[in-house]
Amino acid sequence: MPSLGADMEAGALVEWLVKPGQAVKRGDIVAVVETQKGAIEIEIFEAGTVERLLAEPGATVPVGAPLAMIRTEGEPAQAQAIPPPVDRPPPAAPTLAPAAPPSVTHPSPAGRVRISPAARRLAAERGLDLAALTGTGPGGAIQLADLPAAPPAAPAAAPFDFSQMRAAIAAAMSRSKHEIPHYYLSDTVEITAARDWLAAANAERPPETRLLMGALFVKATALAARAYPEFNGFFENGAFRPSAAVHVGMAIALRGGGLAAPAIHDTADLSLETLMAQMRDLVGRVRAGRFRSSEIADPTLTVSSLGDRGVEALFGVIYPPQVAIVGFGKVVERPWVVDGAIGPRPVVGLTLAADHRVSDGHRGALFLAEVGRRLQTPESL
Amino acid sequence: MNEADILAVIRDELARLAPEIAFETLDPALDLREQVDLDSMDFLNLLTALHQRLGVDIPDADAAKLASLASLVAYLARKGAAPPP
Repeated sequence: MPSLGADMEAGALVEWLVKPGQAVKRGDIVAVVETQKGAIEIEIFEAGTVERLLAEPGATVPVGAPLAMIRTEGEPAQAQAIPPPVDRPPPAAPTLAPAAPPSVTHPSPAGRVRISPAARRLAAERGLDLAALTGTGPGGAIQLADLPAAPPAAPAAAPFDFSQMRAAIAAAMSRSKHEIPHYYLSDTVEITAARDWLAAANAERPPETRLLMGALFVKATALAARAYPEFNGFFENGAFRPSAAVHVGMAIALRGGGLAAPAIHDTADLSLETLMAQMRDLVGRVRAGRFRSSEIADPTLTVSSLGDRGVEALFGVIYPPQVAIVGFGKVVERPWVVDGAIGPRPVVGLTLAADHRVSDGHRGALFLAEVGRRLQTPESL
Repeated sequence: MNEADILAVIRDELARLAPEIAFETLDPALDLREQVDLDSMDFLNLLTALHQRLGVDIPDADAAKLASLASLVAYLARKGAAPPP
């Protein structure tokens, strides 16, 4: 059972998506686990053959306990347990007692149809006949894209237990404020260049491929984090371990309250188009209550962007074991001095909350300035 | 499509983004995003769905002007909203 959050002690197995004897490869989704954050698709981190399933659907399994045995290639007989797909030990127990494990709902079995969990859930919600669908995914698996367009929607039940989610947020944020000596920096950055570039880039695009300013913010932060590694990584067991990869956790507000900040993997390496597509996909899945174990487990730095509504600045609380969170307020027009004259300019409030055990305000200021500087050359993002 | 048909499509798509809202209670003259609490990603998803379902080109430069339900419906009707063949 992987650790899917700083506060998690156990998860409830909802269903297996593999059988003993089945071959699996790294990244395959093998199970669905219910946590305080909702249902999470568990990816496997090793290739091999499923030898034995150790947990029954419905069982509550402590973090770190094996869920199944897999036999890796070339390994003849008795197998090893699937390791939790995070390479760090489970974090220290939160100072608040975690709430009881969430109740489990069993999706109805759907025969031997190959279908992704997200598609299965949506198909079940809509009462679709799986046998009538044609899959285009790996091995002919039915994916979300293979489902017909939704009928006029009946209001769906909330995919989250909001009191559970609130308890999870409370535990993680209380731990953060107990353990992490935060310091805060704030700046206002003029973004005329980014706004104009974005308007030009979007002018000829249909809505489905348009970019949002938030994608530029995330990319600029990811690039800056590469140059300032003390803001990108994990503080655990009394020491900071910088991360070579930059996986930006994107704070996503949920309707009805609560939020999640799952990772966009290798954010700094993605084109803006790819990043935007992934952000849209992630927001859609998270709000539908469905995300993947690796997205929960491994953000190295969080970005919280308020979009174009809301207020001008937000000061975040660091999500442990991360060591920094970058905040973007809404973009506003303000009087600005350029070449000795005052004119209206779009500006954004940029903030940093960072961990004093790892960095100081001087480096934090340089990091934040680098984010702002990156936004001045949007064409290079 | 007439304005009632367009409104029905918008209602349908809003129900996906914000299942808990009571569509009838929205004031068509007021800012839709404020009333329904749509963020920029939600609004972009709404425009994407309307573009695909109604076949109307909605340039980015126009999107900012479509703040209210009334202005959105009028815009789509003027641009000849029609279901894709």
